[in-house]
Amino acid sequence: MTIDAKSSTELDRQVDLVTLTIDGTQVSVPKGTLIIRAAEMVGTNIPRFCDHPLLDPVGACRQCLVDIPDAGNGRGFPKPQPSCTMPVAEGMVVKTQVTSEMADKAQKGQLEFLLINHPLDCPICDKGGECPLQNQSLSHGTAETRYGLPKRTYPKPINVSAQILLDRERCILCARCTRFSEQISGDPFIELVERGALQQVGIYEAEPYDSYFSGNVVQICPVGALTSAAYRFQARPFDLVSTTTTCEHCAAGCELRTDHRHHQVKRRLAGENPEVNEEWNCDKGRFGFMSARADRLRHPLVREDGVLRPASWPEAIDAAVEGLQRAGRSVAVQTGGRLTVENAYGYSRFARAVLGTNNVDFRSRPQSAEEAAFLGAHVAGRDVASSVTYTDLENAEHVVLVAFEPEDETPIVFLRLRKAARDKGLKVSTIAPFISRGSKKMQATLVPAAPGEEAAALEGLELDAGTIILVGERAATLPGVLSAVAAKAEASGARFAWMPRRAGDVGALDAGCLPGLLPGGRPVSDAAARVDVATAWGVDSLPSDTGLTADEQFAALASGRLKALVVSGVEVGDLSDPAAARAGLEAADFVVSIEQRPSEITERANVVFPAALIEEQAGHFRNWESRSLDVGLVTAAPASTMTDLRILAALADALGSDLGFRTPGAAWASFSELLDWDGAKVAAPSVAAEGRADGVLLSSWRELLDDSRGNDNEVALRQTARDIVARVSPATADRLGLNGAVRVSVDGRAQELPVAITPDMVDDVVWVPMNPGSGDRLSVDPGTAVTVSAVTGGEGEEA
Amino acid sequence: MTDTLTPVLSAHWDDERAWKLSRYEATGGYRAARTALGMDQDDIISLVKDANLRGRGGAGFPTGMKWSFVPQDNPNPKYLVVNADEAEPGTCKDIPLMMASPHTLVEGIIISAFAIRSHTAFIYCRGEVLHVHRRLQQAVREAYAAGYLGKNIFGMGYDLDVIVHAGAGAYICGEETALLDSLEGRRGQPRLRPPFPAVAGLYASPTVVNNVESIASVPSIVANGKDWFTSMGTEKSSGFTLYSVSGHVKNPGQYEAPMGITMRELIELSGGMREGHELKFFTPGGSSTPILTADHLDVPLDYEGVAQAGSMLGTKALQVFDDTVSAVRTALRYVEFYKHESCGKCTPCREGTWWLVLLLMEFEQGVAKEGDVEKLLDIADNIGGRSFCALADGAVSVVTSFIRHFRSEFEQGYHTPAWELFPYEKSALFSAEGDN
Repeated sequence: MTIDAKSSTELDRQVDLVTLTIDGTQVSVPKGTLIIRAAEMVGTNIPRFCDHPLLDPVGACRQCLVDIPDAGNGRGFPKPQPSCTMPVAEGMVVKTQVTSEMADKAQKGQLEFLLINHPLDCPICDKGGECPLQNQSLSHGTAETRYGLPKRTYPKPINVSAQILLDRERCILCARCTRFSEQISGDPFIELVERGALQQVGIYEAEPYDSYFSGNVVQICPVGALTSAAYRFQARPFDLVSTTTTCEHCAAGCELRTDHRHHQVKRRLAGENPEVNEEWNCDKGRFGFMSARADRLRHPLVREDGVLRPASWPEAIDAAVEGLQRAGRSVAVQTGGRLTVENAYGYSRFARAVLGTNNVDFRSRPQSAEEAAFLGAHVAGRDVASSVTYTDLENAEHVVLVAFEPEDETPIVFLRLRKAARDKGLKVSTIAPFISRGSKKMQATLVPAAPGEEAAALEGLELDAGTIILVGERAATLPGVLSAVAAKAEASGARFAWMPRRAGDVGALDAGCLPGLLPGGRPVSDAAARVDVATAWGVDSLPSDTGLTADEQFAALASGRLKALVVSGVEVGDLSDPAAARAGLEAADFVVSIEQRPSEITERANVVFPAALIEEQAGHFRNWESRSLDVGLVTAAPASTMTDLRILAALADALGSDLGFRTPGAAWASFSELLDWDGAKVAAPSVAAEGRADGVLLSSWRELLDDSRGNDNEVALRQTARDIVARVSPATADRLGLNGAVRVSVDGRAQELPVAITPDMVDDVVWVPMNPGSGDRLSVDPGTAVTVSAVTGGEGEEA
Repeated sequence: MTDTLTPVLSAHWDDERAWKLSRYEATGGYRAARTALGMDQDDIISLVKDANLRGRGGAGFPTGMKWSFVPQDNPNPKYLVVNADEAEPGTCKDIPLMMASPHTLVEGIIISAFAIRSHTAFIYCRGEVLHVHRRLQQAVREAYAAGYLGKNIFGMGYDLDVIVHAGAGAYICGEETALLDSLEGRRGQPRLRPPFPAVAGLYASPTVVNNVESIASVPSIVANGKDWFTSMGTEKSSGFTLYSVSGHVKNPGQYEAPMGITMRELIELSGGMREGHELKFFTPGGSSTPILTADHLDVPLDYEGVAQAGSMLGTKALQVFDDTVSAVRTALRYVEFYKHESCGKCTPCREGTWWLVLLLMEFEQGVAKEGDVEKLLDIADNIGGRSFCALADGAVSVVTSFIRHFRSEFEQGYHTPAWELFPYEKSALFSAEGDN
């Protein structure tokens, strides 16, 4: 009773309803609703082109004209009015094309105008078959043209960026693309230019449309004016089969619509998930799906006489079992960031219940013990209800970014923060050495900090319960930062979230792919937790020893303490110390690699199993909010490959054990049973910050588009990456005499790149992008002192 | 005959160097501004309201009422913007006014800005008229030097800055919201309303946009009172105004007269039609206003009279065309202007004016098809009142009013070129031989 009363008053407070009549039907909608959307409530679709629910109204195309005989004040409009710009009013009477001849004629007239200069090239247009202009011409237009005069023509198409092409003849100038780039992503590098019938979308001279979100303009273009180099001429929409799924490129958790034909993914579109990505995604998520096109592994490989050769599945499984049995419990498991929850859960159980070891770690990247404790204490085993969410970010008063660059590292979080900053006055503060382009677009305030100074900078901020702190996974290598975030939140009432970069990280954490954590955030050290999991898994007991982290595993392999490694989805170049990893792999007695494509690790492995691609399996990802999101089976895998889960189940069988499940559905059911844990968590870390080191310190993060292997075969996508530069403050540039090209070096490794002198940057810091694939990567953690010097003459050109 | 005229704004245009501050002051200039700065601001607004000064830019909205819409509780600065982007075909009143007597405008700005509690005013001047732009700048500079602009004007404690801004050649920037966008440095395209400029105009702050002639009329009202002003003109359209007569009359020019004068009187004042020719049609207020014909010679040229005759007073730009002129050709030239000046933002204007021009060209060439007159009217119907702003309505007025009055000439376009029906050299005003 009280609950009902409360919720009804809340409803009254939140939603002020306005009642109007549309085509004779009375409807009540929230105050401020536009007529065009109120009409949808009574089942009338008013045709439209420029209108888009996530963009500010513009009223440019005039397609949605309706008759308003009474504006709610007893007086009507003599002329038809655009329903996309006019909000409803109490007592308003609206007649759409359904009941008003005037509205119908006005709409038909606008469609005729839009078509007079539009080419009739639908049969060769990429949009043909899914084109709002085509569809609405059929549903609302006239059958024949009265025009019969020459059409306006332009050379076509022209590139507005390496990825995006513009056909100006097809453009109907609805300004959706230009509004998106200005209002949503904040990259207004396309704009309407010229006037009258010559008005067109244009770019500034030689400046391309530079945006991480450019693919969205292709998706929202209501005609075939904007196309992508990636999808152009690849398929007809009506030949494609669509599947709803979740993007695997980062922890944002964007819903995707993946379209395939002939067992090949042809394109990916942003799906609609209002709570997560709304209707947007980033270019990496949209265009980055061809990496395995050229070189995927199609059959198992077994090393014989030092050389990998193709093998049958039974032979490869036998070889793997033999090697693993030889190693006994001197074995470890590493899982990278690409795995679904189900696969990660499979590895967790495989390590602990089949191999009998706690040596399992998903962190194929720089890591720390402080991080492991932080994750166990604050992140593992959470659900979306107890986590910070996108909606929380949008409604927060203040968001503080610590070791986190949303635009590069979780682009959809960036879009949401920018939206809140633009629409709701959200204050964003970034603890960083300089204001990045993304931070500028969020109107963020810089809290200047050199690497190592983040904890002190955070401590100096005045925060309250309206604040959310977002701390990036990069904080793992900055001692004391994660401890400081939790402590600051505790002291101020602020909330916080950990922002991993990879789609599989939160799922792997919850699945128990950390040495000290069982599924659901149960500490390995807790006997009750071990009994709980052992019971669920139907095994007698689980190992209770302290397992080895990924870094420790490589060291143990090198020292001979560990014999074998089962590894999936790990790139050596991503690791904190690739040299140490290589040494460990070299010394290992036996390496089983479960992988999609050849890598440094498959080259070293004794047995290689070909794993299914993301589009070839069902399952889930858990994004940074700990929200479970469906991964859809898009197209069947080739018969010669298997999912990670299926491979593990086969190995378990052959080892005389039982993984307990072999399908994603069964794994998910088992995982879900273990999500609830109300016992004690891992103790929170309390590591003191060390402050900044001496010298010029390295600052670095991965830019969204770089030469990571996930972008292989994406020619146009790679070309839209940002220019690689080294950033220093004017004073540092002055002191070190930097101008033109610089050399950044440490421990005998060096990178040469152009310098970008960055105003208001912290002195004695050099920022370079962290590009995993590049051969001259520095491979040291941010915060390390490096040598920066000017490159003179020919040396610069060599670089 | 001269009794008909009431030169106020144009009283001193032909004085020696009338544009200089010293000359302007010698004829009583800046006295009204001093008077106004001693008045209560709301009293000035009431005075202008009571005088019933209506906007001289075309729409005729009461100026004083516009001022009273400015929310004085808004913490943002208030702006006065003078629309001097005079670019309508036929309209030529503000440019001579600013050329001959720029200080009349400056004085009007001081009073008007003071009344709306603005401390910054802009004059958005059409960029093509560089000589006028320079003259305005000079006048503003003179006024600053004399202490009539800037800090503590006339020592009376009021601060006002005036900025003269040149447009870049777009007719649409005469539309007040497009003007504001242009002034802010954006492309000149009309804005979505609401919010209206009075609430969120320039830099999202309360803004009054007034025509040059409206503002320039204010000092005389302050100086002479509302009764003086309302003693001229008609009941609902008070005062004097500039009528710009051009075309096939003997003495084209500016005729400053009370509201409600007739075309017949104006043609007489301008020396009558060209020798041997009759009036065929005229625009009452520039190319956007539906044309009128000899039947309307006695229509009082005030807001109500012209509206009753099915047109609009507009900018009182009377373009006079005699019997040598082809209606089809004139309509085409007018619509070409709108096609060229369409900003491109909305579909009906952008595509509709394009289509109208192509169709009218066929009429001019005599190759239009049976039924194309109805098609023209239908296209016009799909444009009129459907576009984002009123620019396209001007093109529609041309088409509908020309067809209303001269439908048969259009129907002749199904088979005969316009130049055969109306040899173009016959209507030329300036030919090489001077044989017009």
